[in-house]
Amino acid sequence: MSSLRLDRRTLLRGAAAGGGLLGLQGLMPAWAQTGSPGLRSDLPSLVGPNIDLTVGHSPFSVGGRTGHAVTVNGLLPAPLLRLREGQNARLSVTNTLDEDTSIHWHGILLPFQMDGVPGISFPGIKPRETFVYEFPVKQAGTYWYHSHSGLQEAMGHYGPIVIDPAGAEPAAYDREHVLVLSDWSFMHPHEILARLKKSPGYFNRRRTTLSGLLSGSDGMSLEERRMWGEMRMDPRDISDVNGTTYTYLVNGHGPDDNWTGLFRPGERVRLRIINASAMSIFNVRIPGLPMTVVQADGADVRPVEVDEFQIAVAETYDVIVRPTDDRAYTIVSEAIDRSGMGRATLAPRLGMIAEVPPLREVPTLTMADMGMGGMAGMDHTAMGHPTVEASTTTSMDHVAMNMRDPDNAPRDMAVGVGVDMVAMAPANSLGQRPLGLRDVDHRVLVYTDLVSLRPNTDRRPPSRSMEIHLTGNMERFMWGFDGRKFSELVEPIRFERNERVRVTLVNDTMMGHPIHLHGHFFELVTGGPEGHQPLKHTVNVAPGSKVTFDLTADAPGDWAFHCHMLMHMHAGMFNVVTVRPMDGAAG
Amino acid sequence: MTISFLRLAVATAPLFLAAGTATAQPQDPHAGHVTAPAPARTPAPTPADPHAGHDTSTTAPSPAPAVDPHAGHDMSATPALQTPPADPHAGHDMSAMSDQAADPHAGHDMSGMAMGPPDIPTSANDPGRSPEAAPPPAASRGPAHAADLYFLQTDMVAARRLLIAENGDIHTTAVIIDRLEAGVGGDEDSYLWDAQGWIGGDINRFWWKSEGEGEFGDGLEEAEVQALYSRAIDPFWDLQAGVRQDYRPDGEDVTHLVLGLQGLAPHWFEVDAAAFLSTDGDLTARVEAEYDQRITQRLILQPRIEVDLAASDIPEIEIGSGVSSLEAGLRLRYEIRKEFAPYVGVEWSRAFGRSRDFIEARGGDAEDTNFVVGLKAWF
Repeated sequence: MSSLRLDRRTLLRGAAAGGGLLGLQGLMPAWAQTGSPGLRSDLPSLVGPNIDLTVGHSPFSVGGRTGHAVTVNGLLPAPLLRLREGQNARLSVTNTLDEDTSIHWHGILLPFQMDGVPGISFPGIKPRETFVYEFPVKQAGTYWYHSHSGLQEAMGHYGPIVIDPAGAEPAAYDREHVLVLSDWSFMHPHEILARLKKSPGYFNRRRTTLSGLLSGSDGMSLEERRMWGEMRMDPRDISDVNGTTYTYLVNGHGPDDNWTGLFRPGERVRLRIINASAMSIFNVRIPGLPMTVVQADGADVRPVEVDEFQIAVAETYDVIVRPTDDRAYTIVSEAIDRSGMGRATLAPRLGMIAEVPPLREVPTLTMADMGMGGMAGMDHTAMGHPTVEASTTTSMDHVAMNMRDPDNAPRDMAVGVGVDMVAMAPANSLGQRPLGLRDVDHRVLVYTDLVSLRPNTDRRPPSRSMEIHLTGNMERFMWGFDGRKFSELVEPIRFERNERVRVTLVNDTMMGHPIHLHGHFFELVTGGPEGHQPLKHTVNVAPGSKVTFDLTADAPGDWAFHCHMLMHMHAGMFNVVTVRPMDGAAG
Repeated sequence: MTISFLRLAVATAPLFLAAGTATAQPQDPHAGHVTAPAPARTPAPTPADPHAGHDTSTTAPSPAPAVDPHAGHDMSATPALQTPPADPHAGHDMSAMSDQAADPHAGHDMSGMAMGPPDIPTSANDPGRSPEAAPPPAASRGPAHAADLYFLQTDMVAARRLLIAENGDIHTTAVIIDRLEAGVGGDEDSYLWDAQGWIGGDINRFWWKSEGEGEFGDGLEEAEVQALYSRAIDPFWDLQAGVRQDYRPDGEDVTHLVLGLQGLAPHWFEVDAAAFLSTDGDLTARVEAEYDQRITQRLILQPRIEVDLAASDIPEIEIGSGVSSLEAGLRLRYEIRKEFAPYVGVEWSRAFGRSRDFIEARGGDAEDTNFVVGLKAWF
């Protein structure tokens, strides 16, 4: 990247903005335009109670190329919806596409028939029809919305929601910016999926090689490589789709566009960060600026200061930073396989830039990622020690034999073609640093750092516990729950209304899966302060590990439950959660 | 006919046995299990654990009140690196944790801050596929589909059908040209194609294969087309059955029944093994295996081996019983794109036993080495 070119472009853009020509940026809503001074109430984001949204086709340009996007009100990302807790929201969505569309309000607690999932909550929005969503706003925080039809979300159909609390805001700040992280490809998402079906490693250009073995740059011994080969697994299969086709966006801007948010030195700046990607998990950091996490998935948490955090698809994190110097800072959202990054800048004035750190080295999966993190004496692998040689040779042989033992799965799980592995000793990953961040020498957020600010409302012990396996076959790009794709006509997951259930998700695959439950928050069982389990609508289950949450199934109706990796969902990792009886359901 | 099928079964048995060992999963549920629930971890000062090994004396927040872990932090001057994390557990009375019903660590020494999340046991801790508690009966009360209460049932039925199709029922079409190449080194320059393709879902596919070869001077020597039903029977293996039609400009066109197994063996060997029963009653088999050794991300060395077997002599096409021929090739390709890779290589072939006799009897060479240049492509 030529910094000269970048300077010139940034300056030009700055000049345009200074000349009051913000409209030149066309597709960008005001809050997403580079050089945005930040969110103020007078900026034209959409506020309730009545909001009109139109879904349609738009061209979208990044990196000097123009492609075809599916957008809301012609914008990518879609307009910011600014609501207030306690109000009524009335959102009229008109479909100008030639195919069905929908909007799902991600993380919002509402009557199920307003949740926006065609085939579960409602029939979908037909071409040239308008559907009116109406619901009371019962919560505050940072959320987002997106299409739940086909793969429209991967083509730009997503936008942020900010709900202001009815009472006092617990986290003090002077200014805020919304950062919508996403991934953009000029390849149609159906074509991406077709390539993955034909060649699951298609987008991976960082596989282990002979030259990597000889030079040592693969960081893997011959013996380890032999073991991975024996299992027909790829230790570099970190992300199915990556920077070889994706441009990583921040508020619709590519890295060269350098979206810039302004601050005055000394201000406390709240960054509302949303991962609206189709397939990309990011590691987010602002070199030189510690971040205090105050909210996760829209729910307030006790402030915790970190230097970097991982944000899985569909998660949101609100952080507060306090830049005191008159300098620019780079906001880095690096794809977890280090194949690319989103880049934005926080600066006191437009045109200022900070150093952009280079991409770090691609991580390599370990035995813990194969579901062996919980084996006695192997904790050191789970804990991220790069050296596994000590236990490698002795344990590998029988380990490879037991990689797909049905006895490690519940009785009703189908251990068939769609299951290439069953985790034999999954470790609870909530306290472990995420993939690729195990050895960085600064503070990294782990799920166990999250502590709900407010006490949990339901303190009953769970009356039932259940286990759901996240399963897949990497070679065939098949994904499912308990060995079945949704298309195989699976039984729904049934809860009794107000039932308190402890759910353990076991990841039988070597990829992370951000699992999202509609219409509810669940409490991660982190072992943290009693009665303050953190609330989440989406949790990333690390490769080969397990995660436990407590759920009060208090929203009657039918809800989607799925992996938010869009291609994993589309390939079958999806199910319906039913909450019955319906009596007295709102609506 | 009965005899032919018997012969087919006998001839293919080793084939499938071999594949079976490659794919079978050992059933001993205890091998490899060390213990059931992992014991509570003792604090270990590893970099992965944000709470372990902190020297709390260096920076502020150890005695800070629980609600405000930042007490004592000077936010304006916090250096970026090497600062211990603000500890959300600081100041908590950990003894309160012990009365949390589901906490398996209750009673453990909580003094260290390395306390991880509780280890909730799963099936892996309890081998034997124990059943789960069923949902309460009330969970099944009421309508099967809640949305039918609010929307036209006909609309919902159509939407549900689409939802099912869009979440797992993916159909794909693939065309793979494994080898499209020219060879030099024999009596005459030769050409060869070896292509296949499939259409269908994850389990059931229509699969076709075609290969043929000839000499640039003499024209087509032999060609075949297979049309197969392919069914995934294992994460890595497809069972295939169908017909094969041969074309021989200088002889008789023959039709075969095909039964084969195609997939990925451990260590990433791509294997295609099939038995063929011709309308003349001749039983033959063919096993191909290839391996991609990535030298760099784009430069790939592919060893390939093909063995042809026959249950009896077929003099018309110079095939003798037993191992009739062996081909071994080494191709070095460069992936300009993943789907488009030209290559150069060398291919060695040799006939054995009666096949060799047949070939030598007409003055031909039983052994042949060719240099090849070609293209691997798929779309």
